[in-house]
Amino acid sequence: MRISRASVLVLGALSALVLAIVYLPLVIVTINSFNTSMNMEWPPPGFTFLWWQKAFGSAGLLAALTTSVVIAMCSAAIALVLGTLLALALSRYSFFGKEPIGLMVILPIALPGIVTGLALNNAFRTVLGMQLSMATVIVAHATFCIVTVYNNVLARLSRTNKNLEDASADLGAGVATTFWRVTLPQIRTALIAGGLLAFALSFDEIIVTTFTAGANVETLPIWILNNMFRPGKAPVVNVVAVTTVLISVVPLFLAQRLTREPSGR
Amino acid sequence: MPSSSVVAGATDVVAPARRISSYLYKHVRARLALLLAAPVLWLGLVYIASLLMLLITAFWTIDDYTGDTQVAWNLDNITSLFTDSLYATVTARTIGIALAVTLIDVLLALPIAFFMSKVAGPKLRNVMAISVLLPLWASYLVKAYAWRSVLSDKGALQWILEPLGLHTPGYSLFGAAITLGYLWLPFVILPIYGGLEKVPSNLLEASSDLGASTWTTIRRVVFPIVLPSIIAGAIFAFSLTLGDYITINIVGGANQMLGNLIYTNVGTANNLPMASALALVPIAIMFFYPAAVRRTGALKNL
Amino acid sequence: MLKKTSIIAAAAAISLALAGCSAGASSTGGAMLEKLGENEKTLSLLGWPGYAEDGSNDPAVDWVTPFETETGCQVTFKPYGTSDEALSLFKTGEYDAVAASGDATLRLVAGGDVQPLNTALIPSYADVYSFLKDRDWNSVDGQTYGVPHGYGANLLMYNTDVVKPAPTSWDVVFDGASQYAGKVTAYDSPIYIADAAVYLMAHQPDLGIQDPYALDETQLAAAVELLKAQRANVGEYWSDYLKSIQSFETGNTVVGTTWQVIKNSMSGTTKVEAILPSEGATGWSDSWMIATNAKNVNCAYKWLDYIDTPKANAAATEYFGEAPVTQGACQYAADANFCTAYHAGDEEYASKIYYWTTPISKCLDGRTDVECTDYSAWTKAWQDIKG
Repeated sequence: MRISRASVLVLGALSALVLAIVYLPLVIVTINSFNTSMNMEWPPPGFTFLWWQKAFGSAGLLAALTTSVVIAMCSAAIALVLGTLLALALSRYSFFGKEPIGLMVILPIALPGIVTGLALNNAFRTVLGMQLSMATVIVAHATFCIVTVYNNVLARLSRTNKNLEDASADLGAGVATTFWRVTLPQIRTALIAGGLLAFALSFDEIIVTTFTAGANVETLPIWILNNMFRPGKAPVVNVVAVTTVLISVVPLFLAQRLTREPSGR
Repeated sequence: MPSSSVVAGATDVVAPARRISSYLYKHVRARLALLLAAPVLWLGLVYIASLLMLLITAFWTIDDYTGDTQVAWNLDNITSLFTDSLYATVTARTIGIALAVTLIDVLLALPIAFFMSKVAGPKLRNVMAISVLLPLWASYLVKAYAWRSVLSDKGALQWILEPLGLHTPGYSLFGAAITLGYLWLPFVILPIYGGLEKVPSNLLEASSDLGASTWTTIRRVVFPIVLPSIIAGAIFAFSLTLGDYITINIVGGANQMLGNLIYTNVGTANNLPMASALALVPIAIMFFYPAAVRRTGALKNL
Repeated sequence: MLKKTSIIAAAAAISLALAGCSAGASSTGGAMLEKLGENEKTLSLLGWPGYAEDGSNDPAVDWVTPFETETGCQVTFKPYGTSDEALSLFKTGEYDAVAASGDATLRLVAGGDVQPLNTALIPSYADVYSFLKDRDWNSVDGQTYGVPHGYGANLLMYNTDVVKPAPTSWDVVFDGASQYAGKVTAYDSPIYIADAAVYLMAHQPDLGIQDPYALDETQLAAAVELLKAQRANVGEYWSDYLKSIQSFETGNTVVGTTWQVIKNSMSGTTKVEAILPSEGATGWSDSWMIATNAKNVNCAYKWLDYIDTPKANAAATEYFGEAPVTQGACQYAADANFCTAYHAGDEEYASKIYYWTTPISKCLDGRTDVECTDYSAWTKAWQDIKG
């Protein structure tokens, strides 16, 4: 498309502005992680590495981080399976009940977290009489992560040709082989994108988690919440935020490379 | 019936798998059922059933003395939603904030998504895509508190606005809208970006060739195609705001939203039936929203 | 003590509320322990964050490990965010002892969840300040149910540069609040209604309020009206004290309810002062209580004793930011001014405090001709006040 120079400049400027707005608070968070003031006074009266030391020395923090990673991975894995199955069904077949199912899959994310959290909590504790645990959190997270995988895979499948799968069948490949060697490679990028988003959603989720985590499960967001109230602990949470952002650059970068469409647009 | 000539070595071990495959190829419904079974059961049992069980409690009540939930069917909680002016006020306020947040996010997302998908070269596009996603990894709470600092009377925003003779919105509904808009922005940019990517270049070129200015092309060619994605992003922003009770506490000043009412009814008041009744409000709102836009195909872009 | 209407709600707490579990099995709280036996190997505690630190969050902050070494009772600690959460969690029966605020203690006793205490088995109790013993919130009919952990008052803090002349009364946040419109603060919890009641006790005596936690319908309505008027001037309510500190520092708030720890945490850039106004103030004193059928009752008794010994009590209360419960603690405080700053042992100061107590329908001031409003009524009223 031939876009006028003026438009390019305007769009570029607007984009730069948006990115600036997006990163301003993060810059403040980073600066605050070195802030000597325990109350995160602004502008900072001084700088220190104390909070970074405390963060890496905190066993509680590292445990919470591990818990969050495990939960996010499990939820993303379950979401990948269920989301893909659903996407395959809804893209390749037409049947009675297709639309309601499509609506059902977005409900967990369309409805406010507090509703989802309450509902699941009520179901687990009152109706099923279960103890809340890491498993209940994983079940909850997987439920609202299904939609991210589903949509990505569905979009991708709608752009691929069903003929390839038919051809594979005609050539004698079984159902599993067709899936593994024909369908899967085509949706690979969608799986990565969907899986990564599911991981991110689960990793930072707090509302549904507080209702389904029980007394013994402390995810990273819950740890942060707890520590914002502990006397003099608040600045450590800034360290956590900065670290998670920095660490995430690598997987995000890899995901970008992997999901790049080989054909140009 | 697929022949076995091409597939290597159809041995006895493979035979059962062969038979299953053949069966599945012949019976479309069986294939479909197999695909649908797990996800539908999961969503149905885990989510829909839980939701219904919660909503049923809206028709119950609690024992005044012990605070236990009692299965005493009545419509009191539901009617109080309409008769007690508090609920109407808070609902209206919450919808207002949600709409404001949606508007802010869509307006901010459009230029950047357009730039990323149509103007930026591949390398820049990658960098921008990563830049947009990175903030998702900084904790929600930390970002909200950062905004608390930015919005304060001695914060960064005041520092920028003061020379202009303006004042920071401070801890207010507007402050909350800005912060919430900030938190959900990546979720709005992503679907719009995805939607824009699907707009074929040749369509845009054709439009240019036919003499349309950039703005006209955007307005009459791009926008209709991308509208479903915009609505999809809007759904995200709207629904995430509708149930939030944390950010309003941090940057919203003395105000409360629907989520706070639900939350205090569960926690402080120990009144699950009332909380469930209140939960019906956002459910009703969100039910009409997606149902209304379903036809535009927006839901495929979530 | 610290009634943080914090934004975390431990799922177990909420879930138990949802489960609608009825009160614990026994209705009287069980028998009192006559003598101590062998220490069990474990102890499960429930309390506000920071009440039992074992070094896992900060190696320098630890008063649990010495206890474990001394008694052999391995401690697990679960923090809760609100008193209601505490109640629900405790009812699961998974905890041996709980540090509960006054707005939860009576509910625990009424529900049969805690056992009467034999203070003879708690040697350190003898040295606890007398004004904290056998009070409405930690004893029933003369029987002790809880031993104090610490205490504090809800003071009036003001920005000395902005709020002039220096206030001596709560009217600067009530009747006289409009001059600081948008910059007043108050504690974000239904229990704050009691603060309005304290004000009305002095300024509208014909309402006949004797106990700010015993309000009948009329008295509650008057308090609600006062608070709705205040709402127009409130910039922000607070429940976690980090918010309050920041708010005063940036000038977003210039006057309102505070805790001593907030005043002490101010950096000095913004000048503030905290006072106990002439009408008196609400406050809190948390009590350690033992579960009715505690699995590790001996360890529990040992903990209750330990936490009131001078050294441990100093560590715990100084870390948290509240007054200790025994004079001996003062010499162990890291900060030489600790006890003075928190008015430890100042009986006159303490007598002006109306400690948090759960409002219940049976009037706490002894009236039998009317029914008083209970906590759920206060909760609904609080939502209406915030609007």
